[in-house]
Amino acid sequence: MLNELAHFSLNIALGFAVLGTIIPLLGATLRRSSWMQLASVFATLQFLLVAFAFGVLTLAFVKSDFSLRLVVLNSHTLKPMIYKIAGVWGNHEGSLLLWILILTFFAACAAIFGRRLPQSLLARVLGVQSAITTAFLAFVLLTSNPFTRVAFPPFNGQGLNPLLQDPGLAFHPPFLYLGYVGLSITFSFAIAALLEGKVDSAWGRWVRPWTLAAWIFLTIGIGLGSWWAYYELGWGGFWFWDPVENASFMPWLISSALLHSAIVVEKRDTLKTWTILLAILAFGFSLIGTFIVRSGVLTSVHAFANDPERGVFILMILAVFFGGALLLFALRAKAMDSRGIFAPVSRESALIANNLLLAISCFVVFVGTVWPLVAELLMDRKLSVGPPFFDLAFTPFMVGLAVILPIGSTLPWKRARRVHITRLWPVALLCLAIFGLAWAMQTGRSLIGPVGLGLGVWLVMGVAIELYQRCGRGAGKARRLLRLPLADWGKAIAHAGLGITIFGVAGITAWQVEDIRVLEIGQSAEVAGFTITLEAVEDRRGPNYLTTMADVALSKQGNPIAMLHPERRYYPVAEMPTTEAGIDSGVWRDVYVVVGDAQAEGGYAVRIFIKPLANWIWTGAIIMALGGFLSLFDRRYRLAPGAARDPGRVALP
Amino acid sequence: MRQVLAVVFLIVWAGISAAVEPDEILSDPILEDRARLISQGLRCLQCRNESIDESNAGIARDLRLLVRARLLEGDSDTEVMDYVVARYGEYVLLRPNGLGTNLVLWLAGPALFFVSLAGLIAVQRRSKRNETIDQLTEDEEKEIEKLLSS
Repeated sequence: MLNELAHFSLNIALGFAVLGTIIPLLGATLRRSSWMQLASVFATLQFLLVAFAFGVLTLAFVKSDFSLRLVVLNSHTLKPMIYKIAGVWGNHEGSLLLWILILTFFAACAAIFGRRLPQSLLARVLGVQSAITTAFLAFVLLTSNPFTRVAFPPFNGQGLNPLLQDPGLAFHPPFLYLGYVGLSITFSFAIAALLEGKVDSAWGRWVRPWTLAAWIFLTIGIGLGSWWAYYELGWGGFWFWDPVENASFMPWLISSALLHSAIVVEKRDTLKTWTILLAILAFGFSLIGTFIVRSGVLTSVHAFANDPERGVFILMILAVFFGGALLLFALRAKAMDSRGIFAPVSRESALIANNLLLAISCFVVFVGTVWPLVAELLMDRKLSVGPPFFDLAFTPFMVGLAVILPIGSTLPWKRARRVHITRLWPVALLCLAIFGLAWAMQTGRSLIGPVGLGLGVWLVMGVAIELYQRCGRGAGKARRLLRLPLADWGKAIAHAGLGITIFGVAGITAWQVEDIRVLEIGQSAEVAGFTITLEAVEDRRGPNYLTTMADVALSKQGNPIAMLHPERRYYPVAEMPTTEAGIDSGVWRDVYVVVGDAQAEGGYAVRIFIKPLANWIWTGAIIMALGGFLSLFDRRYRLAPGAARDPGRVALP
Repeated sequence: MRQVLAVVFLIVWAGISAAVEPDEILSDPILEDRARLISQGLRCLQCRNESIDESNAGIARDLRLLVRARLLEGDSDTEVMDYVVARYGEYVLLRPNGLGTNLVLWLAGPALFFVSLAGLIAVQRRSKRNETIDQLTEDEEKEIEKLLSS
């Protein structure tokens, strides 16, 4: 009964979404205030109805209601509760419902926080957002109804893919979706601006917090996914350049560019067309990502296996929104061409360089991701594009970005003199020295290590120098430092986070030590100064799996450090084995142990990795997100909307 | 039930193997390093987007052994690659070659970079030529006067 009610409420939500598209958009064109006012009501109603449906679906998973097809296919009574809940979005239908929930959630947020926006702009933003919701609700109801019943409910379900039964992955999709879908509101702002025919610095200020919020979630989501891959897939890689990973990475790159160009719109009232285009592209890439993940056109480790009908539907959504937006952009963008003049050496020029590099690196990722498809369709060549291509084609742009970052962020707006960057010279020399030293010490290895080390120091020291400069001369430095606006702190922290991630990537890529050997019980191996002893191997039972667990003692020069428990699990319901690595995490290195097969001659295959700076990758991502979070609470975002409505007050000093 | 499960467990266990196995490793560390590098660039045919170096599949193991066998025969790295590609097609190359239409793939990024750079420089030059001090229009002058006098 409840399930039917939820299905029904989705249908009603679709109705409100249609109304919420037409009435506010028409109202804004015809300048009817009462019609425009309805936008917020419709947005809130859509959110409540979808939230109800989502709650019912979650309840069905919690109670293991096997009369629902979705629960039968993706759940099992033996599963721990957290994975029953995570099972809601561990499949196509449920994750799509989560997608829509977030879509309506952002619309409702915009309705609440955007009360002080100009009425027609808010109506248009919510109208466009409702249009997106309409498309996705229709998609769910027509092709992927999560509330389909089965005629004869079985006694138990088929379980969730064991790889997904992991705390890291349980929260990875919600964060990723908050990011992906969060960009929809930025998109709606861009379309609304095109419809209004007006983009000014106030617009830049309104759109930035939303982009920032989406970007923070996306950063956390990608970080979680990468961390999960590291400890779960059994050989300690952190990034695979898999199509699905790329699908989340492309919106991240574009939204990073958008964050920076929105600042230029806000501060200098220029670069507007480009910013609008980025806002369209960011959500466009989210839609492309959805298509890649759900249509199954590109083979990938974690795509949902799916039928082509759904792919066609998403392609239609993509064509209408992405294509339509670009068309509107082509028609309207000319009207708001900016007239700003750029000095070649200035903050805005540096931000343009940032945008250029981020956009092009995104383009490289995009071309690499779809190239196998293009080659097969147009040239009849079956080929692969894998990590070696991306490492080679993508990395140079990131290196360029990291090189200009500290310079650009110390430069002032408008016109810079040479004085502004003189403080950076010693840091640059230091970084070159570090690079040279690291290079000399590691004969014959990849350059990534030394380059990454140098760049990481460059970024972190650059941030320190910038903060030092910001607090001026003379006494009271510390006080001035604390009084810096939160946005400045956010910027500094996020940039330092990037530096830390670069350290981690360099360390793990260039200086990893790997050892594969057979160990008998009681035997030890010496790897990079560590002693690893295989003490015991025994079979155990988990809540819904069987496991072979090893006790591996880790010590250094006779001092015990840790006892690791690498496992090989077998999930009988899914008939699937998984590997759980034993990891001793440290600040400077992770020791990563995987125990493999029992060998015919006795003993076990043991793989030991020493991974320098591994944790820095995800720590850096968290620090970046934290920087974004601080920036979100900057005073000017709270003041901005009111100030725009009441221009008289701003004019007074 | 428990025993049945245990048996199933053992059967399945025997079937899966980890990526590179100890018995595959060559005694010559230099050759082994080359073998690892080569296998990181070859795609496992059965899996989704994994190199044979990471893959647990049987065919990946066969390919790893093949690569090592060729290296022991004295093949150079490119000869080994060519040997595998000749048998399995360019699909196995994780780093696509730059031949024919693949040039587009390789050059797309750099080309776009240089084109946009040239475009930016052109815009910069043009805006410099047009650079004039913005004069206030008459209306704006009037407005300022009004604001000042009020």
